[in-house]
Amino acid sequence: MNYGPLLFLGFFLTVAASWCGLVLAPQIQFGRMQAIKIEETGAYYPQMRTGLAESGREVYKANGCIYCHTQQVRAENFGADEARNWGTRRTVARDYLYDKPVMLGTMRTGPDLTNISLRQSSVEWHMVHLYNPRLTSKGSIMPPFRFLFETRKIGERPSPNALKLPPEATPPAGYEVVPTPDARALVEYLLSLKANAPLPEAK
Amino acid sequence: MSASSTSILRALSPVDTEDTAPAQATVNEIDASCRNTLLFLFSGGLFWLFLGTIFALLASWKMHDPEFLGDISWLTFGRVRPVHLNMMIYGFSSETAIGVGLWLMCRLCRTPLICGWVIALAGIFWNIGVAIGVVAILAGGSTGLEWLEIPPYATPLLFVSYALLAVWGIITFRFRREPHLYVSQWYLLAALFWFPWIYSAAQVLLVMDPVRGTVQAAVNWWFAHNVLGLWFTPIGLAAIYYFIPKVIGKPVYNYSLSVVGFWTLALFYNWNGMHHLVGGPMPAWLITVSIVASAMMVIPVVTVAVNHHCTMWGSFKKLKDSPVLRFMVFGGMSYTLTSLHGIALALRPVSKITHFTHSTIAHSHQGMYAFFTMVMFGAMYYIIPRLLKVEWPSARIIRIHFWCCAIGILFYIVPLAIGGTLQGMAMNNPDVPFVKGDQFSVVSLTIPYLKMRSYSGMLIGLGHLTFGINFCWILARWAATLRPPQPAPKTAPLPASL
Repeated sequence: MNYGPLLFLGFFLTVAASWCGLVLAPQIQFGRMQAIKIEETGAYYPQMRTGLAESGREVYKANGCIYCHTQQVRAENFGADEARNWGTRRTVARDYLYDKPVMLGTMRTGPDLTNISLRQSSVEWHMVHLYNPRLTSKGSIMPPFRFLFETRKIGERPSPNALKLPPEATPPAGYEVVPTPDARALVEYLLSLKANAPLPEAK
Repeated sequence: MSASSTSILRALSPVDTEDTAPAQATVNEIDASCRNTLLFLFSGGLFWLFLGTIFALLASWKMHDPEFLGDISWLTFGRVRPVHLNMMIYGFSSETAIGVGLWLMCRLCRTPLICGWVIALAGIFWNIGVAIGVVAILAGGSTGLEWLEIPPYATPLLFVSYALLAVWGIITFRFRREPHLYVSQWYLLAALFWFPWIYSAAQVLLVMDPVRGTVQAAVNWWFAHNVLGLWFTPIGLAAIYYFIPKVIGKPVYNYSLSVVGFWTLALFYNWNGMHHLVGGPMPAWLITVSIVASAMMVIPVVTVAVNHHCTMWGSFKKLKDSPVLRFMVFGGMSYTLTSLHGIALALRPVSKITHFTHSTIAHSHQGMYAFFTMVMFGAMYYIIPRLLKVEWPSARIIRIHFWCCAIGILFYIVPLAIGGTLQGMAMNNPDVPFVKGDQFSVVSLTIPYLKMRSYSGMLIGLGHLTFGINFCWILARWAATLRPPQPAPKTAPLPASL
């Protein structure tokens, strides 16, 4: 144990082994996975996210949503994910093919968001929820994302996008709360989140 | 303090041949060669420790008071939390680990630090890299990858400065004057070699040219768990292996056990990462391999535990005199507990409950704080007076520091682990609502534990503050000794403000 080069050989081999096992082997096994055609619909799954939803992913990433929300549904016999209506099937590797980065998350301070678009499909609900989560979900400890909105003087006519806020949160008279492009992108991203395609490997 | 310091020195003499007259010069030479570089690294580390603590408290408070500073995008929870982590991991912990590691390496190789300014230079660039990284995260530039949030324009700086530091450690080793290798040196060398490997592999495969789909998750957790397993744990263990025998003046309990402990750690720890993905969209074999490896960790953990605790056996009285020993033993015991706890958490039936809950956060702080950070504090208490040839000004402050941190972290980990487990049980019971106004829910049941965490965090913060005071104070004393006309004011009146 006093011979330097032999020690380094040991260090090298041990870490190389785990690199082969936990990095290289998964890459070989499913690193080149492709989208497949779903028989029922004839469409390819998964679809690449584009446009506003894709820029919404950047907002999700920048504001660290991952630290409280997962995007993975566990199997029916492992936890209550399906019983909580977080998904109709477990998620599998193919669901995440085009995600860069993959934001599986490790913490559920808030609920899982894999299928949030199926549970909450209303843009208006998401906007109000992001503006102040406690307006839509009493008791929530989610931070408010008011910085994604702008409170401004109403121009010639009110904006069609202005939030319809409950009385306790309405802005002063003559003002309206409108979402910034970031808020619109983020909601578009949330509305793109679903993993319910009937994949053969998830049946 | 002065009394306990002399008792440490006396305790050292039986085994420490360096303390005999002719060799002492080498020790002085080594400490002098390390002085400026290490002071720089420790100051930088403490700077990040304070900032990181502030961000920790912000993040913790926001968990039960979400409207607190809720309108500032730079201070939203999802940015404050990764900033806390990055400041602590890449700022405080890594920088201190490098300082302690280099000093141990020089002492054990009996060779002075060659060209310390190169390391200081690398340290400057390291700090700049961390600073750019955390500001970028606050501004919304995170990569979105846990433990790798620092954006790609700052990471090359980190990598190059780290490579320089590692190469310097290995050069020091190459020019060693002591042919025999002590167990601490294996851990140090291995850590210096492993970290750049995992860091560069993760950067290339996740940030520069991302692999496809959930292979990213595999790489991500292979890296993130190895930051603990192959970087902080070896340095922490190297320090414990050095300081406990040194302070109590007894050799390590069983040398062959330390060989077993080291190589089984090297063999099993780096396979552990996938237990962060239990139940996730990954092939089952991958996760099972990691669970098996996690269970195998019982071998290195128990051998190291036997070695540390049996070395200590019969010397517990010395805990009273030596603050260094107190921090080291606290760290060593935490290492045993956190590892056994971690093994339990990796098992599927346990993970089914605790995964995705605050229990994981409790566990990570048990490892990074109760073990690693406490060991680093202990090491700094030993090293800094030897660098400066000045004693710590206040023993009382050291005691306050220890008890604030020890009690603080205990009241952080235990309630949060319990709260997290209850949270997991509630989450797995679909009859309990996730959140529902004032009614009992998964969210509402965690609130008291989250509040408890904020208060414990404040106690820990107070501990850090006292350490900072002592650190500045000893620097001031040292600065006073540098001015030759004024004799060293050993018993100078202390400013009331301190």
